[in-house]
Amino acid sequence: MALMAFFGRKTVEAPPDIAAAALRSDRFRLEREGEWKRLEEIVSRMESGRLRKLSDEDVLALPALYRTAASSLAVARETTLDASTLAYLEGLVQRAWFQVYGPRTSFAGWLRRFLGGGWSASVRAIGPDLLIALAAMIAGTIVGWLLVSSDSQWFHALVPPGFAGERGPGASPETLRATLFGEQQGATGLSAFAAYLFSNNAQVAILAFALGFAFGVPSILLLIHNMALLGAMLWLYHGAGLTLDLVAWLSVHGTTELFAILLAGGAGIHIGRAMAFPGNRSIMAAAAESGRRAAQVMTGVVLMLIVAAFLEGFARQLIADTPGRLIVGTFMLIVWLTYFYAFGRRAESGES
Amino acid sequence: MASNPYLAAQAKRRRELVTPEGLSLPLTVAGRGARAAALILDYLLINTVLIATTIFLLYLAFGVLGLKDGAGPGQLFGTLEFLAVVWLIAMFLFRYGYFLFFELGPRGATPGKRLMGIRIAARDGGRLTAEAVIARNLLRDIELFLPIMFIASAQQGEGGLAGMAAAAWLAVFLLFPFFNKDALRAGDLIAGTWVVEAPKRKLAETLSLAEGARGPSQATGATYQFGEAELSVYGEFELQALERVLREGRPEALATVAETICGKIGWNTGKGDERAFLEAYYTQLRARLERDMRFGKRKADKHS
Repeated sequence: MALMAFFGRKTVEAPPDIAAAALRSDRFRLEREGEWKRLEEIVSRMESGRLRKLSDEDVLALPALYRTAASSLAVARETTLDASTLAYLEGLVQRAWFQVYGPRTSFAGWLRRFLGGGWSASVRAIGPDLLIALAAMIAGTIVGWLLVSSDSQWFHALVPPGFAGERGPGASPETLRATLFGEQQGATGLSAFAAYLFSNNAQVAILAFALGFAFGVPSILLLIHNMALLGAMLWLYHGAGLTLDLVAWLSVHGTTELFAILLAGGAGIHIGRAMAFPGNRSIMAAAAESGRRAAQVMTGVVLMLIVAAFLEGFARQLIADTPGRLIVGTFMLIVWLTYFYAFGRRAESGES
Repeated sequence: MASNPYLAAQAKRRRELVTPEGLSLPLTVAGRGARAAALILDYLLINTVLIATTIFLLYLAFGVLGLKDGAGPGQLFGTLEFLAVVWLIAMFLFRYGYFLFFELGPRGATPGKRLMGIRIAARDGGRLTAEAVIARNLLRDIELFLPIMFIASAQQGEGGLAGMAAAAWLAVFLLFPFFNKDALRAGDLIAGTWVVEAPKRKLAETLSLAEGARGPSQATGATYQFGEAELSVYGEFELQALERVLREGRPEALATVAETICGKIGWNTGKGDERAFLEAYYTQLRARLERDMRFGKRKADKHS
């Protein structure tokens, strides 16, 4: 408070003070410090998020005040040895710059733009990488199937025992059928399981994305490994004549979930590819550019996994027949494909 | 300058950023310690909120809904499951939402970062985008959480190999900031961001307006005038040290410094008027150094 009173007094008595200052650099400062303080006040208010309290005049004055302060800093660096004034000006210019060049959108504004086309546009932008990821996933499934069919001991290597439960080579068709159509503690009992899986799968997806950092190779390996598990399960149920039932059971949430993992792997490969072949950009610039695009895809992946978890926890238990499950799964797949490849284009052509 | 290792380390972290309109903006890359401290503070905060939410949910389950007596076991189980789902999802979203919300805000810093006086910025001097903030936060998960979870689960059995691999992984990412000069972590690299210091300084008073600088001292009535020989013994480094002493204004420090200067220039002033003496010396030394500066002649310290 004492400091404020001091400042207040000085701005009132400014004219005599300027003349009295013994140093030329201090006169320079006294002539301009009123503007600096006004800028500081505007910036402080913007920082605290009270934008509504900012008058139109202040908003209009901000760029000009910012430029004045920046040129004051440039002059002061060459003419003054007052370390504290220099430090103050550096801090002030920096803070003003962050406000002038801060994130343009709020969280809500970003979300609106993201859902209304930004997400699907970036999914389309990583198309080649999605194809690589898809190839890896299909290869993984085939490898899993072939390995298990050549030697059923592979099943235990590919499928973790806790995950397999009573499903294993030698399980009777009735047991397997029960895992697909059984009354497993009702819908609510599984919903916690679904939520657990959701956070687990989200981490697998994030892992596939983040490992793209190492030129994409670990992402591809991870996709192959995860899909080998699916291949092994397919083989198991095929032996019991339940292939279609398993596919239907999986498809309820699986079309969403596998699509999400495909996108995550594709995003990882996108970063890896950009870093391995940066073209004319520096590796750092290429990584940053692809990283931002991939991050947008990844945010959507997390949302998709939420949808998948709900489908798994509720829809799959409520719909207990194979055709119904297939319909839900196919419907979700069509929804996602339409959203990514048809929806965003309108917004894009509207903008340009 | 080199006499103070902290100042030397800070000078090493200084960067000049050229903004899109061509202004050069001085920035200081945040220290690794400050960033680690900010992260710890943020996690303390997040976990406090999560624990509070958990207790509140349990209170809802047992207190408000009155599950203890009235309802049957099936219904009890169902409600608890439902709350568990809410809890799991909330926990996951809160962790991400916390960082996104605060780093996208006008301060560009989470509460922990704000307390440490640091913030994030775009490395190329452009606008900080939402995508960049998301990318750097997604990568934090694999840098920190996944390996820690792997280590925790590896301890319970299965064999040490997975734990060792996870530890090596954690080490690679944790040590990443030590192997580049801008202290970038992997997330910063992918997102094109960096963490810089965001100092908030008050404009200090003008020293040349002080009474000692302007004329006779009120205590003794003496006017201090220094000659060319007396002012030429010190340089900019000593001037700034003197400025710090004057701004702090501790009487013992003032007395010591005045004594040192008197010894150096061969003066003998009485005790009790150190402040006016130092103010006068500071102003005249600065006037001399700034005049030389305008002619392109700089004197870094007393040795040059």
